[in-house]
Amino acid sequence: MSQPLGSFPGGLKLAGQKKRSTQTPIRKMPLSEQLILPLQQHIGSAAVPIVKVGDKVLKGQRIATPNGHVSVALHAPSSGIVTAIEDKPIPHPSGLSAPCIIIETDGEDQWIERKVTADFTQCTDHDVRQIIRDAGIVGLGGAGFPSFIKLNPGIHHHVDTLILNGAECEPYITCDDMLLRERSQGILDGIEIMQHALRVNNCVIAIEDNKPEAISAMELALASRSHLTSTSVMVIPTRYPTGSEKQLIQVVTGKQVPKSGLPIDIGIVLHNVGTAYAVGRAIKHGEPLISRIVTVTGTDVKHAGNFETLFGTPIHELLSFCETKRQQDEPFIQGGPMMGYNLAGDNLPVTKTANCILVGVDNATQANDPLPCIRCGDCAAACPVSLLPQQLYWHSRAKDLEKTQEYNLFDCIECGCCSYVCPSEIPLVQYFRFAKTETMNQEQERKKSDAARIRHENRQERQERERVEKAEKQRKRKAALAATKAAKAKKDAELAAAEAAKDSSEPATDNDAEK
Amino acid sequence: MFRLSPPFLSGTRRVTLHMMQLLLALVPALIALVFFFGPGVLINISLAVVTALATEAVMLKLRHRPLKPFLTDGSAIVTAVLFAMAIPPLSPWWITVVGIVFAIVFAKHLFGGLGYNPFNPAMVAYVLLLLSFPLEMTTWLPAAALAEQALTFGSAFELIFNGQLANGAAIDTLSGATPLDAMKTQIGLAQLPNFIIEQPLFGIFGGLGWEWINIWFAIGGLYLMYQRVISWHIPVAMLTGLLTISAITYLISPESAASPLFHLLSGGTMIGAFFIATDPVTATTTIKGRLIFGAGVGLLTYIIRAWGGYPDGIAFAILLMNMLVPLIDYYTQPKVYGSLKS
Repeated sequence: MSQPLGSFPGGLKLAGQKKRSTQTPIRKMPLSEQLILPLQQHIGSAAVPIVKVGDKVLKGQRIATPNGHVSVALHAPSSGIVTAIEDKPIPHPSGLSAPCIIIETDGEDQWIERKVTADFTQCTDHDVRQIIRDAGIVGLGGAGFPSFIKLNPGIHHHVDTLILNGAECEPYITCDDMLLRERSQGILDGIEIMQHALRVNNCVIAIEDNKPEAISAMELALASRSHLTSTSVMVIPTRYPTGSEKQLIQVVTGKQVPKSGLPIDIGIVLHNVGTAYAVGRAIKHGEPLISRIVTVTGTDVKHAGNFETLFGTPIHELLSFCETKRQQDEPFIQGGPMMGYNLAGDNLPVTKTANCILVGVDNATQANDPLPCIRCGDCAAACPVSLLPQQLYWHSRAKDLEKTQEYNLFDCIECGCCSYVCPSEIPLVQYFRFAKTETMNQEQERKKSDAARIRHENRQERQERERVEKAEKQRKRKAALAATKAAKAKKDAELAAAEAAKDSSEPATDNDAEK
Repeated sequence: MFRLSPPFLSGTRRVTLHMMQLLLALVPALIALVFFFGPGVLINISLAVVTALATEAVMLKLRHRPLKPFLTDGSAIVTAVLFAMAIPPLSPWWITVVGIVFAIVFAKHLFGGLGYNPFNPAMVAYVLLLLSFPLEMTTWLPAAALAEQALTFGSAFELIFNGQLANGAAIDTLSGATPLDAMKTQIGLAQLPNFIIEQPLFGIFGGLGWEWINIWFAIGGLYLMYQRVISWHIPVAMLTGLLTISAITYLISPESAASPLFHLLSGGTMIGAFFIATDPVTATTTIKGRLIFGAGVGLLTYIIRAWGGYPDGIAFAILLMNMLVPLIDYYTQPKVYGSLKS
């Protein structure tokens, strides 16, 4: 066991509320008749379908392929028939719809042939990454960033430490906790592969001290693998938001990721324990990412627990499976109570980033009218990034976006600590999100108008040039014309002179006489 | 109704609760005030609270703001109680009324109400009255005299509303200089502080009665710190500032400077340190800023007390530092995550 080397300022001690969903082992959610699979369940560009409506697909068959670098594949979670490829509502704070592949399952759950890699050490790190990408693996902690990218340090960076995030600092969520307890060997499989891909030996599995069962399970599993000498479990203090990437790095190593930099800049790569487990399954068992463990919990869930759920399973099936009674107007949360978001409804599919469905929060925030800010500074004391939320609030409210930049708005991780402690109940995070989007919009507008201005200037310049050229041409033409005219006139004159000379030397003709 | 945006969890503390805890923390000092200076302060507090709530209501109406959330937030009551505890316990009733109306109308609502006032309303009112009615604002009954002849509630009432007792005794026949005032004038007359403090006006370290009131204010303040209504930074910085400069001058010339303990336990030191300088709206919000702000109040208090024209400098010092708050806040921003070199 290793000791944490640092800590972060602020943060909160929150009631964990985790026992509610850790009383039963992980259960398998029954197969749903219909699976709705959004093409984009990750950060980056959406995958491109490679099946047609009416196609029969097998469990684990690839149904969409990555599009561009930051993208991963998508697989059929069970066997059945593709019945539609169309826009469906997806779990998203805005409640928007997006393209989805819809599979009618046949109940046979028949696997496609799985390609098992018995000895991954024979693979190059590139091959390992390719398998992980093809298996559709993304960060399962909640952000959904394609994992193969984070397993590629590139030639300019040396990885010093791999950190496995098993902090799970948000209240209520227990999917990582249960995974650590029940599938520690599977997680270690994944860790070994990640170490191979990153060419790193040092590995820290960070777990908050409110999960003693998970810690001992992991210690036990680790003891069975004597060759993992540089891998250790680190017990870290329970404090929200320790599980946030940058804060966890600060706790584990005592170092800070430089402003607008990446963990790799200080030789650190961080993955969620669930991701490690998925990597292990993909390489050692040839199983792509088609399911995840979802915590279903909350005061209104009768049988709270963790469920291994196929992607695309409608959330309402999960809820009725757990006998959930949702109250009127109650938030219906995907993710944790601090950073999750309210879902527009329950007819939405479970996706790769759905770590928790939370219905009913103890001490739920009421929609009271906030009182004015009294500048108590509690928010600043709670901020894990050392921002001054009350100043940011002041300037966000006044839409003084430049000032919000001066107060480092974009360093805000939206953890919600400030809103939580605010005695006036000001929804600070909302203000900051607003200011961020507004700034980004303005930035875009500015770029657009810059482009338009440059286009306009170029056009004017071009027109001016054309005008000058035209004038020049005209002048030249005129000059040429004048020259020819002059030449002609001269010629005429010469001719006339010659004629005249001739006339004078010769006698007058009849014509002349007539004049 | 639930809020439908994150975080869905929230802490339970409310502005109103802060204000109520603050009032609770004032109770010990209030008892001491009544014990040493008679029940006049109770009449002042009642009058001040009623005036404050009425003025607040009128201002909210004029500004088309909802009455209930702002009348019940407790801020007007806190302003009223602090003001009433800062002025002499037998001040005429109109002092209280004028002060409170000015505090609520000019110092608070004309700047935008709760949360928007740059200056502490109670101190603005206190300074206005001190400048306009210096006599009334410095007429304290000596605690010693009161110890001999207890002031009844009835006679306090008569003095506040009639300006004299039923037997015709006016307030100025009873009153005397405050210990801070006496110290200042007598040092000016080249008396030695060590002898001045032997007079019946003085107690062990500070003024008779005053030292106990200050101690009880400090204990109330410690309760607020324990309850996390205030942080330790401003009081500690202010008292350290005051202690440091008074210790230095005392060491340099003990014949012309009062002892540091005298300064800590006289006048409005403790109410200022724990209850007024810590007013979150008008103080700095950063940690470093709070230390600077507090130290500034401490230093200015001493400078005004020792070398200025007024016996006590708390109110002026706080208002002066209030002015610097935006500047201090701007230059004491904490370093955000990632700007540290690792």
